Amino acid sequence: MKLLTHNMLTSHVKGVSKGYPLLIKATEVKVNEVEFNPKFVSRMIPKLEWGALVQAAEGLGQRQDLPGELVSDYEQNDDFLKKVHRVLLEVEVMEGCLQCPESGREFPISKGIPNMLLNEDEV
Amino acid sequence: MAASSSRSCLQYLLHLAQDNLDFRLPEIKALLALRAKPFRPCENFKEKSPFWCLDGLCEDDVRSIMARSVCAKSAFELWGHGRTHSELRTSILNYPLKNMSPFMHKDSTYRINVYTFNKTLLFAERIERIDAMEYLPFEGTVSLKSPQHIFCLLEDYGTDPNNIPEHPSYIYFGRWIADGQRELIRSHSVKNRHFIGNTSMDAGLSFIMANHARVKENDLIFDPFVGTGSLLVACSHFGAYVCGTDIDYNTIHGKGRSSRKNQKWRGPDENIRANLRQYGTERMYLDVMVSDAAKPVWRNAALFDAIITDPPYGIRESTRKTGSHKDITKPPDGIYVESHVPVSQAYHLSDIFTDLLNFSAHHLVIGGRLVYWLPVYRPEYCEEMVPLHPCLRLISNCEQTLSSHTSRRLITMEKIKEPEELDSLAHLSDPRFSPYQGHNAFREKYFSGFNKRCGKEDSKSDVSGE
Repeated sequence: MKLLTHNMLTSHVKGVSKGYPLLIKATEVKVNEVEFNPKFVSRMIPKLEWGALVQAAEGLGQRQDLPGELVSDYEQNDDFLKKVHRVLLEVEVMEGCLQCPESGREFPISKGIPNMLLNEDEV
Repeated sequence: MAASSSRSCLQYLLHLAQDNLDFRLPEIKALLALRAKPFRPCENFKEKSPFWCLDGLCEDDVRSIMARSVCAKSAFELWGHGRTHSELRTSILNYPLKNMSPFMHKDSTYRINVYTFNKTLLFAERIERIDAMEYLPFEGTVSLKSPQHIFCLLEDYGTDPNNIPEHPSYIYFGRWIADGQRELIRSHSVKNRHFIGNTSMDAGLSFIMANHARVKENDLIFDPFVGTGSLLVACSHFGAYVCGTDIDYNTIHGKGRSSRKNQKWRGPDENIRANLRQYGTERMYLDVMVSDAAKPVWRNAALFDAIITDPPYGIRESTRKTGSHKDITKPPDGIYVESHVPVSQAYHLSDIFTDLLNFSAHHLVIGGRLVYWLPVYRPEYCEEMVPLHPCLRLISNCEQTLSSHTSRRLITMEKIKEPEELDSLAHLSDPRFSPYQGHNAFREKYFSGFNKRCGKEDSKSDVSGE
């Protein structure tokens, strides 16, 4: 699971009102090189919850020098876009789980793939 | 191009493949819309004809359409046309010389092809056709192997193979601009794909769906019933970043029985990511997840540029969502093991479409498109059965026939406004959904024809889909 995906996910556990962001409990994290595409990163930035992204990267020890606030004029700032690119698309949680911040329900991540299914008694 | 202003009012001829007829017009319109160009056919436009003349385009527009189209075979700058060879001659001689001369000067090389639709010409007849065009002021030299410019004489003998006329009903002559992407149908065939399933979408239709969805570079695309990821393969080929979910743990993880003949189990690296890798688009892969389309996991925001999907109809893949009618006994410690597969229950077709439209209304960007297949029992089909949503405008509805009594329709919708609270309820009670009420309703009708033909009792269809 990449952090771009994590940034877009929320808890869907029944009755939960504050299910965002999901906490990441990782036991294995990989950094895979992905071709840098400044246009895509620039397009994604307005869709991001910036605080959640920084927090997720920090929690995995992958924040490096990603600023806590979104910089202005980022479209022209390749240096900044490369940092965002790395966190969004190159850092991958391979094993671990996602935890709903309110209910504590955990969703396992195995071989990089989150299993978001609820059990029959939870829906 | 220096002469671009005088060349902007040219006409272009598209030669289209004569299959998937319904899908061609929405495809070309969607590709034109990507260039912000209207579809302006010349007079006497016939949708079912293999030849379309278009107005109001420049050569770059045509090239960009052909770089995407799976329905169009080739495109030409039209130099002349007519019902007979003498009409064609008059038409070509009226074509401005200044438009022709850049491609005919004495240092250039060229060749002329002859193409006939619905008739095969002998070699000698082809040569005859080319010789008859000596009135064209070509000054360059012929090069059959590597010409700078290719010209084509196209003769249309109608569409009835049982009634081929002696003379063509229409003739075109033009300068070849570009070929379409028919080659993708072969290069991306599921026959040679690493990871497939029983219902993997045909390569040609996958690319057509991506075109109807107006998928473009740097888009974010989502498939909520991703299966083996055929639609993601097509979208990633056009430069979009892709993600998907499926309720089936084994499919997402590439485990379980193989869909291939001669191979019992899936190999270790049979998964969607490996499929993208096979076609050189792994960099466009975001994620796939095990998730139930009835319980979406995305935060409430307009995240996706297109949602493109082939929902299960309960014929070859069952329709499922999590939940149960039974009382389930939980393990004593209340914890399920990691590989626990939740009990699933029937997912009514009407609910699948309601959920899909509502999800799209919330999660598409404005102008973003939803493209999906709707199964249809043909004797009862009417346009009013196509689900509607106040935030989604119907763009196209194309039929692919599956049998004498069933078909599926490729529905394309575009998001026109953000949903308000009342909108999600707008069509839930709409009677037009009645054909899809009851999870086996379509399935029963689908099989009823087979049963009649086989002379079997209808009770066969009571065998539950899940």
